[in-house]
Amino acid sequence: MTDNRKIDPTTGTETTGHSWDGIEELNTPLPRWWLWTFYATVVWGVIYTILYPAWPMVSGATTGLLGYSTRGEVAAEIARVELSNADLTESLVTVDLGVLAENEELHRFAVQAGRSVFAAHCSQCHGAGAGGVKASGYPNLLDDDWLWGGTMAEITYTVRHGIRNEEDPEARFSEMPPFDWMAPEELDATVHYVRSLSDLTHDATAAGQGAKLYADNCSSCHGAAGLGDREIGAPNLADAIWLRGDSYADILAQLKAPRMGVMPSWQARLGEAEVRAVSAYVHGLGGGEADVGEAAATTAD
Amino acid sequence: MSTQAPPLFAPREPIFPRRVNGFFRSLKWAILIFTLGIYYVTPWIRWDRGPNLPDQAVLVDLANRRFHFFWIEIWPHEFYFVAGLLIMAGLGLFLFTSSLGRVWCGYACPQTVWSDLFMTVERWIEGDRNARIRLHKAPISLRKARLRGAKWAVWLLIAMATGGAWVFYFADAPTLARDLVRLEAAPVAYATIAVLTATTFLFGGFMREQVCIYMCPWPRIQGAMVDPGTLTVGYRRWRGEPRGKGGVKRAQAAAEAVGSGEAVARYGAALDKDSAGARQSRSGEALGDCIDCNACVAVCPMGIDIREGQQMECITCALCIDACDDVMDKIGRPRGLIDYLALDDEPPTRPGESAAMADSNWRPKPLWQHVFRPRTVFYTLAWAAIGVALVVALFVRPEIDMTVAPVRNPTFVTLSDGSIRNAYDIRLRNKHGEARDFRLSLGAAAGLKLALEGYVGTTVAVPPDSTQRQRVYVIAPPEAPAAARARSDLRFWVEDVSSGARAHGDTIFNGKE
Repeated sequence: MTDNRKIDPTTGTETTGHSWDGIEELNTPLPRWWLWTFYATVVWGVIYTILYPAWPMVSGATTGLLGYSTRGEVAAEIARVELSNADLTESLVTVDLGVLAENEELHRFAVQAGRSVFAAHCSQCHGAGAGGVKASGYPNLLDDDWLWGGTMAEITYTVRHGIRNEEDPEARFSEMPPFDWMAPEELDATVHYVRSLSDLTHDATAAGQGAKLYADNCSSCHGAAGLGDREIGAPNLADAIWLRGDSYADILAQLKAPRMGVMPSWQARLGEAEVRAVSAYVHGLGGGEADVGEAAATTAD
Repeated sequence: MSTQAPPLFAPREPIFPRRVNGFFRSLKWAILIFTLGIYYVTPWIRWDRGPNLPDQAVLVDLANRRFHFFWIEIWPHEFYFVAGLLIMAGLGLFLFTSSLGRVWCGYACPQTVWSDLFMTVERWIEGDRNARIRLHKAPISLRKARLRGAKWAVWLLIAMATGGAWVFYFADAPTLARDLVRLEAAPVAYATIAVLTATTFLFGGFMREQVCIYMCPWPRIQGAMVDPGTLTVGYRRWRGEPRGKGGVKRAQAAAEAVGSGEAVARYGAALDKDSAGARQSRSGEALGDCIDCNACVAVCPMGIDIREGQQMECITCALCIDACDDVMDKIGRPRGLIDYLALDDEPPTRPGESAAMADSNWRPKPLWQHVFRPRTVFYTLAWAAIGVALVVALFVRPEIDMTVAPVRNPTFVTLSDGSIRNAYDIRLRNKHGEARDFRLSLGAAAGLKLALEGYVGTTVAVPPDSTQRQRVYVIAPPEAPAAARARSDLRFWVEDVSSGARAHGDTIFNGKE
């Protein structure tokens, strides 16, 4: 042992004995506890890979003795949250929709839950911001114009049963017949009259001719003044909102070959609590209407 | 014959620092008591903030995302205060390091303070240096086991108190203390105490200087901040060498010539060493002041010999100064053989050339020239500038606060009467301990109407000490200019109904293009 110890004369430090072209390496030993710390991490690593999922195999990784999985942890977390919200969910299912907004805690819970439901199930058509997609005829849910009604009760019904679907016998249903049998000048006159209802630019003479055609063919659903009828889902033709466009060509196309949207029934897929939650969320997007007899909650002054 | 490679790993050399008295030891005691006092007492100071707010003076409330410091409450969006304090702490360390070397390491670092405390316990139970060395070498016996057990028990108590005190900064201290005793506290509290107890026990009792040498990055960074003008703990080689045991009579004569070590200025007396009479060895050779008593080595907690020059391990705790001064007093030589000194301030002489040095007009620079140097002045100014900025920011910080975020999906909504409606998410912050009503209004904008989701009117009730998000609608009738213009500037005002304090937030209104 002693014969191979070499001391570097300049620094007084022992060398490792390695020499490259006369250049020798000084031996500055690492503390031994550092080595033990390294061994400890190795032992830790071995124990960890035994207890937790670690080694990739042909069909999936080893599961580990503790049976831990991140998916299982998420599932447990969801179960825990749902358990802690069980009371609120129970109240949401039974509460009278007209007074939901008065229960601040329950209403906040419903709106927050509804936000997630909307993002998962509704945003595909109505958009993440609920602004609708006009080109495809998906209605904007932010405005104050509702085809089938904007109270909590009406929105909940629409979500529960959907529109014009074939799976739910209670789905809202309405149909506009095509008026392609009209003569071209009759169609022209009707379109001008419809545009005159909401003060869009129109030919007054043609509109005058269209008034009678409208009264004969359209007013039974859309009303004499064009205000529509929510009972049967007939759109208001006298306001500024046009789901299928307000240009001459748009209205003409809708008259000759009406397009009508479909919405699925959600009651089976979401369940009552989530139907109510998403309805509360949609109701709070700016267009929600108070139940009949009360002042609109969102109107200031 | 096989050649065996030298070992690449070395066991820790045990260190048995001797007890020492003196100015710097007293200073370290004072700092130890002061810093530990702050650490243990602070969470227990009460501070009345009124209802709904905690009454703990210093509280890091992670669950509610609040930091309470006496009358100051920091919310997460005001984290720049914490960032500013961290920058100030950094600059402060730069300042102290560039003027006084590793003064943080030597006096204030928790590793030093707790190691010091643990060594004091060790000395109290097992005796001073020589007794501890004997005990270390002794075979295992009942006495050794008893001493070791007692020492470890006291260490463990201190470690538990250390870890225990930490958690009180994060929850109401009296409540948490009661819960901890009843085993009802949160598991994370016990886990934190356990981890900090383990690290304190290990680092203060067994790792000590190993932490500074091998684990801490700060000493390595400090190398970039010291320069030859920095005051640091060093050995006056020109005065001490050649070291050796000298004649007692010569030393006594020297003491009479110089007078008391206390009375004479450290530098001056040292320069006049010829007049005091040089020490001589028994064989008649001239000797320096170092009598090679190893007192400086015996007291060193890092286990180094300061006479070998500046070393990576030295934390400048200055205990060697106390030890050497004590010895210099006894042999009647002036103090300061080991001293706070600047390397560029030492006379350019080699050991034993004192006569030549005495002829020169060399004098050390006064202390203020070491402290007031361009870099230290710069650090001080930068430190003070940030400090002043933080204080100003603290005082101009609005009592009422609002942020406005326009909803951009979609940018606007057309209503059935042709009005254009924009939506905004407004966050209102109520920093008071009671619920407050906030009234929203619009700045001078022609014909715009304000409506709040879920509220009749424009007043929002915000719960105490919380942020409320409120969806707000601004409606431009078809005839309003903003309805037709692509973008219009818009200003929201919020008023605290009870105090009248106002704040505003600027945003834009998107019209129909």
